[in-house]
Amino acid sequence: MSGERWKAAALPVALLVALEIGARASGIQSDALAPPSAVAVALAEAFADGSIIGATRDTLASAFAGLLLGGAVGLALGIALGIFQPFDRLMEVTIEALRPIPSIALLPIALIALGFGYRMEIVIVAFACVWPILILSRAAVRSIEPRLIEVSRALKLSPGDRVRKIIVPAALPRIFLAFRLAAGIALIVAVTVEIAINPIGLGASIMTAQQALRPDLMLAYLVWIGLIGYALNAGLVVAQKHLFGPAALAGEAR
Amino acid sequence: MILSATARPHPPAAAVSPAKAQIAFSHVTLDLGGKTIIEDVSLDVKPGEFLCIIGASGCGKTTALRLAAGLYQPTSGDVTFDGASMRAPRRDVAIVFQDYGKALLPWRTAAGNVSLALETIGMPASQRPARIDELLHKVGLPNHAGKYPAEMSGGMQQRLQIARCLAQEPKALLMDEPFGALDAMTRQGLQDEVLELVAASGATVIFVTHDLEEAIYLGDRVIGLLPHPGRIGIELTIDLPRPRDQLTTREQPEFLRLRRELFDFIKASEA
Repeated sequence: MSGERWKAAALPVALLVALEIGARASGIQSDALAPPSAVAVALAEAFADGSIIGATRDTLASAFAGLLLGGAVGLALGIALGIFQPFDRLMEVTIEALRPIPSIALLPIALIALGFGYRMEIVIVAFACVWPILILSRAAVRSIEPRLIEVSRALKLSPGDRVRKIIVPAALPRIFLAFRLAAGIALIVAVTVEIAINPIGLGASIMTAQQALRPDLMLAYLVWIGLIGYALNAGLVVAQKHLFGPAALAGEAR
Repeated sequence: MILSATARPHPPAAAVSPAKAQIAFSHVTLDLGGKTIIEDVSLDVKPGEFLCIIGASGCGKTTALRLAAGLYQPTSGDVTFDGASMRAPRRDVAIVFQDYGKALLPWRTAAGNVSLALETIGMPASQRPARIDELLHKVGLPNHAGKYPAEMSGGMQQRLQIARCLAQEPKALLMDEPFGALDAMTRQGLQDEVLELVAASGATVIFVTHDLEEAIYLGDRVIGLLPHPGRIGIELTIDLPRPRDQLTTREQPEFLRLRRELFDFIKASEA
């Protein structure tokens, strides 16, 4: 698009060309590395036989389901904690004790409780997504302009209307940011669970390629995961600009 | 304090029988954070009266307004509206905040902001557009229904806030330095519009301002507060003829005399 964007792409493209030339010149035979051209061919093949599409579907389905589940819990808790200070004090120790647990550390328990498959992965992704959304939405609710809360008091809005018409729309831009952050985490955690143990999705495909001594295919999956992450973030940034742009801080204008 | 006596031959309005008062403070004291902000304030505002409150900064004028609004509860004494204690805000008492930019919902258009008040009084969605049109027309924003507050000037935003307050169909309008942040021309225009709107609706008004001329120009009565703690220091009845005019009213000897009296009061209260 713009010249700036091409400038930003120049470095990775130059690196790829250098890698290709280097690999061909040295003629290395490696179990970990492959020239970019071989990676591109492996990626094309994986698309041709449909294997990468199925794996992508599995990973994204788990990541999104976990994001929605964890996001819903985190959002509800975050808004409630932001509104009711006593509830926040009551929950503080519990939350601060649970939050530092790495989600991956739940793998053994989740495996025993739920077995292999989507459910176990979704639960772990959800656990990882609850915290950033909880913390950020709580902060978003707390930072709402106090005058708006007074306006809702002066107009005698019911508690439900106050949340629906004032608190959520006012906090929405920051809540959306929290979801963007959590979407990245969801993808990371989903792939990690698959690499560690769960025999589905892109993570498991990387492990299979590794065991088949196919560095080209392994790297192809890596590149693909990077592209998915990039596209996910770019899509959310566009949505954010569209929804909360300066001229149209539009939530629901009825 | 020499100035604390009513300086005019009129009987002090506080002597009006409480049955007639719409908003009544009786011996109201408010402590906030261990400090007494308002001490033993008693005053009655009659239905349809335009009362202005002035005072040096920090004298508790905004606090007094918030007590009248039910946003604060007095530590002792009682604030009543139509005889009932103000334990919480009421829908028939509307508040116009000074910081219009913060009091409007930035994610709603002008129409949406007015609609918020109509939604809370339970007006069916089908009747709202006509009423929104009427209200925006009333405050001089007929062609701005689709604009967001960020796209409007300060004066327009304050008009919009007034429209939202009028949508509540208030019996009383409490205004907290509503024009304090506006330029002189916009301010004069809005003063006249508020006088017209109030005359048309018959609403009672408490208007807080630090602008002495504004208080005299608008009010039926002006109360001056003394600071630390806030208490009533002066009470003047304004007998200038209505409708008032930005030029002729401000040139009347009586206007100048009142201005002098309030100016001396403020100067003495700051000393």
